[in-house]
Amino acid sequence: MAVTSASGYEPAYSDDPVRWFALAAVLWGVVGMLVGVIIAAQLAWPELNFGIPWLSYGRLRPLHTNAVIFAFGGCALFATSYHVVQRTCQTRLFAPGLAKLTFWGWQLVIVLAAVTLPLGFTQGKEYAELEWPIDLLIAVVWVAYAVVFFGTVGIRKVRHIYVANWFFGAFILAVALLHIVNAAVMPVSLTKSYSAYAGVQDAMVQWWYGHNAVGFFLTAGFLGMMYYYIPKQAERPVYSYRLSIVHFWALIFTYMWAGPHHLHYTALPDWAQSVGMVFSLVLLAPSWGGMINGVMTLSGAWHKLRDDPILKFLIVSLSFYGMSTFEGPMMSIKTVNALSHYTDWTIGHVHSGALGWVGLISMGCLYHLIPRMYGRTEMYSKRAIELHFWIATIGIVLYIAAMWIAGVMQGLMWRAVNPDGTLVYSFVESVKATYPFYVVRLLGGLLYLTGMLVMAWNVVMTVRSGQPKPVAIPPLRAVHA
Amino acid sequence: MDILFLLIPFSALLVLAILALFAWALRGGQFDDLEREGERILEPALDARQASAAVAPEQSIH
Repeated sequence: MAVTSASGYEPAYSDDPVRWFALAAVLWGVVGMLVGVIIAAQLAWPELNFGIPWLSYGRLRPLHTNAVIFAFGGCALFATSYHVVQRTCQTRLFAPGLAKLTFWGWQLVIVLAAVTLPLGFTQGKEYAELEWPIDLLIAVVWVAYAVVFFGTVGIRKVRHIYVANWFFGAFILAVALLHIVNAAVMPVSLTKSYSAYAGVQDAMVQWWYGHNAVGFFLTAGFLGMMYYYIPKQAERPVYSYRLSIVHFWALIFTYMWAGPHHLHYTALPDWAQSVGMVFSLVLLAPSWGGMINGVMTLSGAWHKLRDDPILKFLIVSLSFYGMSTFEGPMMSIKTVNALSHYTDWTIGHVHSGALGWVGLISMGCLYHLIPRMYGRTEMYSKRAIELHFWIATIGIVLYIAAMWIAGVMQGLMWRAVNPDGTLVYSFVESVKATYPFYVVRLLGGLLYLTGMLVMAWNVVMTVRSGQPKPVAIPPLRAVHA
Repeated sequence: MDILFLLIPFSALLVLAILALFAWALRGGQFDDLEREGERILEPALDARQASAAVAPEQSIH
């Protein structure tokens, strides 16, 4: 990975995988959000599946979740982690060829998911639907990812490991562990397998996986982005580096134990449910510590927020992180959960985290990263970033407000009882009452997708007017702490 | 709930592993000069745009 210059050879960063993953993230973002809009429309108007099995809600919904989480979010994580680990360790990637292989392997996983899920091949586990041959491929790609990432940390030229790398590292290790344990199956054919666990045991493993996938894939990984790109974009060090270290260790110690809150009032033993609830409440502390740390990075430079749309993305994403990490522990309280569980409130909660936190932070980081990968300092159009920010934010607010109202309404209707003990409402009455909120939710999703299309246009224009130049690794400073 | 006999010891082992890693980082001096480390990523030497294109031979790593 050396480039020639006037002085002869000098080392350059391995930025090809970063570029590819960054562009793939934008492409898969558009696709995944489009599928989301389609299924949101199907919930309001079920005829939109046109009687075709491949287009039925039950098959497209896992396609949507896999596309936005693992294709959009995953590619954004690959791109930023490969970028951050090189810049903060001041070295090129360990095994750049293997890093390119992780790109093609991950794209193959995504394409296989896009084919098999509509065909109806599924393990039936939420966020882990892909059948066993694809699961094996994921495991291979992930091990290669771990080798590249930790190898790069291993050959670092700076002694201190920057906090973002700790978050990325925890994300990579935890996802490997979770995936391997939860994907344990007995195959009966190439396209069908049975879980190694049965009944409530299977449910517990699934939600140990599911909750930690939220904790490590959708939280720790994106916090890694937050701790590098917010200081870079704001041109200020993180508010308290000490707090960021506390944030990291506190978060990874507590997350592992919160999974049972997904199984309140089920066959899971009551004490296990209570343990899950208590740890969920404890999680509020490190989460808010991290949020405050990120937001306060702008302390004394708040005017930057007015002029810089990328900072708007990054800081507003943190406020959604704060909102959903307050809402989550609250919903894990058993009495609240009795009202909220199985209603659309859960969907609203997930999307305040997904659209607000994961989506906005990824978009903000990509807006910072992509021009720099193409020899520019700014995106093609700053006004388009501003436009994207406002469309997306209004879309999120519409989406989550509609789902909050719908969810609480459903919960209250389902539990309403007549004096003689019979139910006041039949289930279909609650479905009918939800209809207007499904339409508002569709509108919110449509706005969010429109914002993503604006971004895609802006990215295409930026790439076309820039050049993928190799970036030299700057010389090391003599003094080290 | 036999699965808890797997998941709980597994998670406990994980906590021990995390503790060991934390001890390694602490003893290795990772947390010795925290405020400076937060500022390091903003130093011009780390900023590719401002880094000089030429690398002097004695500074060259490879």
